[in-house]
Amino acid sequence: MALMDLANPTRFLAFSGRVLPWLAGAAVLILALGFVLAFRAPADYQQGETVRIMYIHVPFAWLAMMGYSLLALSSLGILVWRHPLADVAHKALAPIGALFAFLCLLTGSLWGRPMWGTYWVWDARLTSMLVLLLLYLGLLALRSAIDDPNQAGRAAAVLTLVGFINVPIVKFSVDWWNTLHQPASVLRMGGPSIHPSLLWPLFATAVGFTLLMLALHLAAMRTEILRRRLRVLEARTAAEAVHA
Amino acid sequence: MADTHAFFIAAAYGASALSIVALALWIVLDGRAVRRRLAAMEARGIRRRSGTGAGDGR
Repeated sequence: MALMDLANPTRFLAFSGRVLPWLAGAAVLILALGFVLAFRAPADYQQGETVRIMYIHVPFAWLAMMGYSLLALSSLGILVWRHPLADVAHKALAPIGALFAFLCLLTGSLWGRPMWGTYWVWDARLTSMLVLLLLYLGLLALRSAIDDPNQAGRAAAVLTLVGFINVPIVKFSVDWWNTLHQPASVLRMGGPSIHPSLLWPLFATAVGFTLLMLALHLAAMRTEILRRRLRVLEARTAAEAVHA
Repeated sequence: MADTHAFFIAAAYGASALSIVALALWIVLDGRAVRRRLAAMEARGIRRRSGTGAGDGR
């Protein structure tokens, strides 16, 4: 099946229906493996056992940024090609990305307290991640505030693209400013600076959470397509009732 | 593992697991509710003009 064929909602439903159980199963298996590796990995020489929080905090941060980048791509699909599936993808992904951004901040806060002595500081990385969460929440609020779904989709797409400027700020904040948050140690020039015994478990949980996010996104997209079909049927029934 | 640190690790993992399970449940239950409403429409003979049924592609 060509990739463009999936742009048809009915074909997308058929394809995603076949892929979803495998994706969800792979996510659960890889996450289980990742957590076994994470809790068997050695403690960090400085941070001790609290380094275990890294195996969920870092994937949540990556997925919050990846989710927003996918929203920006969907926004182009909404505004440039006006494709309904792009709007479906955008609407379905926003709450999932919001949850990962929230969990990134929550787990970071729970990691910061024993390591930095505080749950929160207004440093560039933490503040820009908070802005990312507020952008996600703004998108959810914007969609629910506008009754016309097409207008809501376009408004959300514009806000997404304006807010996308924050994604590179989150990523490079630790390089551009002097922050309490540690600098990049995995996705950096010169390769990861983390010891392989800690890096492999992190890689496993990151892959597992990525597959989980994809599975949740596919499931939410399928529901959104069916919800739109239902809306059309209800509108048609209501119109026929008026004319009868 | 120091007790105080165990609390932070357990809280981080526990809150994350609860939140993700809640999100997954919400997505699954929302999907079931929409499918039920579509099936009820079909049972009343109301279906898409271009489709074969509520869950085509299901």
